[in-house]
Amino acid sequence: MSNKIVNWFKYASPQSFYPVAGKMIPWFWVLAAIFGVTGLWISFFVAPTDATQGEGYRIIFIHVPAAWMSMFIYVVMATWAGLGLALNTRLSGMMAQALAPTGAIMAFLSLWTGAFWGKPMWGAWWVWDARLTSALILFFLYIGFIALQAAIDDARRADKAGAILALVGVVNVPIIYFSVKWWNTLHQGASVSINKAPAMATTMLWGMLIMALAFWMYSIAVALTRVRAIILEREAHTEWVKELSEVKQ
Amino acid sequence: MSAVFAIIRRDLLLAMRRKSEVLTALFFFIIVVSLFPLGIGPEPALLRKIAPGILWVAALLATMLGLARLFAPDHADGTLEQMVLSPTPLGLLIAGKIAAHWITTGLPLVLLAPVLGIQFDLDSGAQGILVVSLLLGTPLLSLIGAIGAALTLGLRGGGVLLSLLVLPLYVPTLIFGAGAVEAYISGTGAGGHLSLLAALLVLGGFFAPWATTAALRIALE
Amino acid sequence: MNWGSPAEFFAMGGYGLYVWGSFGVCALLMIAEPILVGKRRTSILRSLRRERIAETLDTQ
Repeated sequence: MSNKIVNWFKYASPQSFYPVAGKMIPWFWVLAAIFGVTGLWISFFVAPTDATQGEGYRIIFIHVPAAWMSMFIYVVMATWAGLGLALNTRLSGMMAQALAPTGAIMAFLSLWTGAFWGKPMWGAWWVWDARLTSALILFFLYIGFIALQAAIDDARRADKAGAILALVGVVNVPIIYFSVKWWNTLHQGASVSINKAPAMATTMLWGMLIMALAFWMYSIAVALTRVRAIILEREAHTEWVKELSEVKQ
Repeated sequence: MSAVFAIIRRDLLLAMRRKSEVLTALFFFIIVVSLFPLGIGPEPALLRKIAPGILWVAALLATMLGLARLFAPDHADGTLEQMVLSPTPLGLLIAGKIAAHWITTGLPLVLLAPVLGIQFDLDSGAQGILVVSLLLGTPLLSLIGAIGAALTLGLRGGGVLLSLLVLPLYVPTLIFGAGAVEAYISGTGAGGHLSLLAALLVLGGFFAPWATTAALRIALE
Repeated sequence: MNWGSPAEFFAMGGYGLYVWGSFGVCALLMIAEPILVGKRRTSILRSLRRERIAETLDTQ
């Protein structure tokens, strides 16, 4: 039992995680490509035209995965942050830092695609709908996290301060979502409900799930690549980095 | 506990010596609120409708003004490090500082809001709800803001960064606070909003000093 | 198969702007992000290599 714990902690050091991540990254790219091509094929050639929304509904094949990932990455980021504070491992902070830009991009994509879906469906680029508004605030939370880390020069302090902000944020996200929803129901006249979407065809659901897997694999691949760059930047003066074959060339 | 009151008394005393800071935030609140009718037009029905939102947003911004200086002077002269070393739990001392911040910035807004409400033609019932919602909401703003102030302590561009971190977290307070007044005006009753605001205040009062303490320890490392 | 011709495919039943506006920006960001991360990696590797060379010159 204790052996297992030791093993896990072994991978928690940047030095041993760096090569492991390097070996995993190509696989995640391959998976992302396979799921991406399959998902795109389903979303454009298999899934039938929607009865009410025509071809415009095909946007949800990227909108929903992006929205899911933006929320999921925030939770994962906060988990890493919490681990970093509790166990004082260096890698956790680096992981949180590596995930934030990808999460912000996902949040941006969910807003962007949401606007491009809303324009033909609702007749407006932006509607103060509960989900859209929460997504916007989630995007702000990501930006705040990135800005805070960028403003702190000392890497350890940046990690810990970012961790506290991520944890405060993750506690707040449900409260924000609930409050925005509450606010939205009181101002019903001003917005349109998305909930009236009819039951989805199974091929559409499959397309969405496979695209979500593609986004997921992409996020892991990109975050691992970024965490490797962060490890090199932070550990630049250690012996093991100087002994790496890619540095020795 | 006496240490907490000592901190509050000290911070209030310091604030009294530097009245201009407190007054600046207060006049900022008044000016921002007064600008809206000039920008939008003096139609009473419209003003009555937007009053809760404007008063609340102005209160958020006015609270932000003082936040950057919540811990900075104590950090600069070493008082903060003395607090960390003192036998009293740091969380309590920080709670005292947050309370003092609320008394100097939040409470004046609460007292002033009805006067500004007159500008927007709010009736006395709506005024009452506005005061109660601000009374419950402004301490929450100080509590959440303190976390941001501790995180950005001593950073370059701290002020702008602080607002970037804190304003999104203010959203629920704004919604329930302004919503309470709106709900009263529209006749649906403000009870639900106010109790949710009170629940958030309890939650914030419990967790925020704790998170602020953790953030301060990191900043002082 | 939903489309009779490539033109029909690109028109997306009149929703071309919206569908391709979404997928296009999504593809753009998902290409740009790995490139930027890759650049970050090559730049840190370059400076590490330079440092290494400087060190070996120092010891000689």
